[in-house]
Amino acid sequence: MRYACLRVGRRYAFLELVMDYLYFPGCTLYTKAKNFDQTARNCSLLLGFELKELKNWTCCGATFPLATDNIMALLPPSRILATAREEGTVLTTLCAVCFNVIKRTNRLIQGDGEKRDKINNFIEKNYQGDLQILHYLEILKQDIGFPQLREKVKKPLEGLLAAPYYGCMLLRPFKEMGFDDKEKPTLFEEFLEALGAKAIEFPYKIECCGSFQSVGSPDVATECAYKILGSAIQNGAEAMVSTCPMCTFNIDHKQSDIKQKHLDFKPIPVFYFTQLLGIAMGLDYRTLGFEQNAVDPLPLLSEKGFL
Amino acid sequence: MKRLGVFICHCGVNIAGTVDVKSVAEKIGKIEDVAHSTDYIYMCSEPGQQIVREAIRDQGLDGVVVACCSPSMHENTFRKAVKSQGMNPYLCEIANIREQCSWVHQKEKEEATRKAEEIIQATLEKVRRNEQLEAIAVAINRRVLVIGGGIAGITASLDLAEGGYEVILLEREAALGGHMAQLSRTFPDLDPAFNGLLSKTLEVEGHPKIQLYCYSELEEVKGYVGNFELVIRKKATSVAGEKCTGCGVCIENCPVEYVSEFERGMGMRKAIDLLYPSSVPNKPVIDREHCRHFIDGTCHRCEEVCPEKAIHFEQEDERILDKVGAIVVATGYDLYPKEQLGEYGYGEIPDVIDGLAFERMLSPDGPTKGKILRPSDRKVPKEMVFIQCVASRDPDRYMPYCSRICCMYTAKHAKIYKEQVPDGQPYIFYMDIRSDCKGYEEFLQKTIEEKGLLYLRGRVSRVFQDDGRVRILGVDTLTGKMVEVAADMVVLATAIVPSHGVKDLAAKLRATVDRHGFLTEAHIKLYPVESSTKGIYLAGCGQSPKDISDTVSQASATASKIQALLSTDKLLQDPLIAFVDEGICSGCGICVEICPYEAREMDPRHGISIVHSALCQGCGACIASCPNNACELRNTSANQVFRILDTFV
Repeated sequence: MRYACLRVGRRYAFLELVMDYLYFPGCTLYTKAKNFDQTARNCSLLLGFELKELKNWTCCGATFPLATDNIMALLPPSRILATAREEGTVLTTLCAVCFNVIKRTNRLIQGDGEKRDKINNFIEKNYQGDLQILHYLEILKQDIGFPQLREKVKKPLEGLLAAPYYGCMLLRPFKEMGFDDKEKPTLFEEFLEALGAKAIEFPYKIECCGSFQSVGSPDVATECAYKILGSAIQNGAEAMVSTCPMCTFNIDHKQSDIKQKHLDFKPIPVFYFTQLLGIAMGLDYRTLGFEQNAVDPLPLLSEKGFL
Repeated sequence: MKRLGVFICHCGVNIAGTVDVKSVAEKIGKIEDVAHSTDYIYMCSEPGQQIVREAIRDQGLDGVVVACCSPSMHENTFRKAVKSQGMNPYLCEIANIREQCSWVHQKEKEEATRKAEEIIQATLEKVRRNEQLEAIAVAINRRVLVIGGGIAGITASLDLAEGGYEVILLEREAALGGHMAQLSRTFPDLDPAFNGLLSKTLEVEGHPKIQLYCYSELEEVKGYVGNFELVIRKKATSVAGEKCTGCGVCIENCPVEYVSEFERGMGMRKAIDLLYPSSVPNKPVIDREHCRHFIDGTCHRCEEVCPEKAIHFEQEDERILDKVGAIVVATGYDLYPKEQLGEYGYGEIPDVIDGLAFERMLSPDGPTKGKILRPSDRKVPKEMVFIQCVASRDPDRYMPYCSRICCMYTAKHAKIYKEQVPDGQPYIFYMDIRSDCKGYEEFLQKTIEEKGLLYLRGRVSRVFQDDGRVRILGVDTLTGKMVEVAADMVVLATAIVPSHGVKDLAAKLRATVDRHGFLTEAHIKLYPVESSTKGIYLAGCGQSPKDISDTVSQASATASKIQALLSTDKLLQDPLIAFVDEGICSGCGICVEICPYEAREMDPRHGISIVHSALCQGCGACIASCPNNACELRNTSANQVFRILDTFV
């Protein structure tokens, strides 16, 4: 039997671990989104599993090549997959972009024999595409179960009006990702309801955040973010919940830009879903990395009495 | 020894471009019993046929092989040609060296030449042992069944009845008219659809040659061209047709109201009601699923108020047996089911409706009495979005084909909208505009210029409700810009799909449907109104999407084809059918079980199986299943087949 030691509230707790998940963090989770990574790891210990970090991992490539003849861009995710397969059969990620790239590459290796051979020749491995790629939310739903999660919640987030923002990477392309219903996904909402929060329905929940446009044409990305946030706020949201460091950058860090352009805009905090999970599971708010959030969520949290 | 003739066709370069026809003719000519072997550029042409005729006469041939295209193209041509010289037509056979040889081996000329030789030699083997046969004459029933009482079925029925043939017209709904009864005005002339239809339906109702069965379905069909036996199920309407005067008192008094399918969910109907006001026949029907009398027996309002005592709750379904010689399938269309159109918010957002619902809205007798009011709050929409090609031309997710009517009816919708709401703005998302019939392009251009319609070339990615309006995200590919429109109402031009239940009907009729469920024609260009099953004819949208004028043209074409079929009282059938060697048959009856045409039967007196020559289609199922080899197919005997195989292996 294995145990982990973790500070929960004011005490240290010994937690029994039932299983491991092979975990690919991705670059952002080591830099700008450390709070995402750390909270996910801590929460999983509370839920009885450990995120076992993949050895020698590299950047996933950050985009899936749309050109059919571009093998080069598929090599980093392929190498990650091949290494992971040597260590296990399931690979999990948190970042929606990494999840998208890795899952689609895996699917491609599985289905396209010719590309599979080419890629394997390049990376000098023999990977057949037989890994199962799971997002952290999928583990929560399938392996833990939302009803069970609800039972484990120590501090239900009662009264919190949270807008689940899927973005596009979790869902699209629908056929390849198969994450949830293509037009009306509900997995994220179910998760929030399990924590006791109220999920706000808003029409922009699956629209694109502007993604890398924030580098080349920042105005475009700001406008996208304004539309998404504005719609959520109008529908009653007090906070946004995200699964993606890219989205978070656009809808959280860009709020100061939005404020300059749209004077009546009132910023709202943007959480990683694991941060909310952490609060609900009773983790000390000082360990949840809120200092990395652009819009400070502490006033809202204290107003709601979650601290 | 027989004297055989071989005639090899070049088919221009179709065959001669790949097969060395000269050398084949020469080689075949050396075979012992081949008295004549020659080639010609177009054997099916008049001079080509003359070559065949002369050779038969001059050489005294008693068997002919024509090596050319598929027998379905010209077998008949050459059989007629040999018959004119007194030769039995069944001694003439086609060796297919085009579709099965030259076309598929264009890059392997030598191999193709060798294969053509073998095909001809094999066909010679068949001809050597062919019997002289006579066509079988079958008595024909000169009545016609028309399935579907929309504009296609109505037109075909009237044409046939005017031609003097008796017609049985079958309609699933309670009244005639089909989808045309739901339309407001038709393009390109903007005529009221209903008036035109009404005159036709009344003509059908009063026609002495047309037997009309509404609220009825075809339950069973047996037989073959010229002699179909039908079982029609006339569903109980619970209203005695002969007593009912159509006064409508029962409808006024019925307490049960539910959403009407005819009004596309926008209006209500009663449990006893007409399909639509002034329908033909103008007699109400009780819907037993909704009528309280049939649910719990608590209500007898209609029975009490009917002055004619025409309500008969105890009425039962009726099974009617009848016989016809030909069948027209005019089953029409449905619109693509809304449950599967998530990205357009269809079925979820009340102000997103389909084209037929908008037609109902524009109809003077419709749920809004012809006024354009959005369903959610009955306000006049100031900004309207029309989306074309919804679920059409989208092979990845929906239907790959073009539904053909949407471009025109959307322009018509936008025009009528602009006339009714002059300060409103219609936006139309389109892929291409297809306006290829008489007067269509002119109608369209005139409408765009006069009414200031805004056409946006591009697709819509999402439709959602926000802030009480319907937001449409799309792209205008001509400017390359994303477009976002906040509209009051959206009309989707959804794809045409075959009417529900067509697959079952087609199976009963032994007719084929394509992968989308549209009935398949015998040949897309040459036999467009015949199905691949003899005696079954097609009309209207059941075959492919088409507008009213095309539907009417096709229905008339179908009617005239049937009139030609029924113009004689005997039908000649191919004699290439099964026969039984009475000395071998043990009477096991396996063939009776296996025959798909019910052409095999046991003869109880002799204890053997017999063949009904009029029913047998020569499929060969009984021959393959006979354990004693007691049956054979005329001119495809086991002996012939083995010799043909010998040639190839």
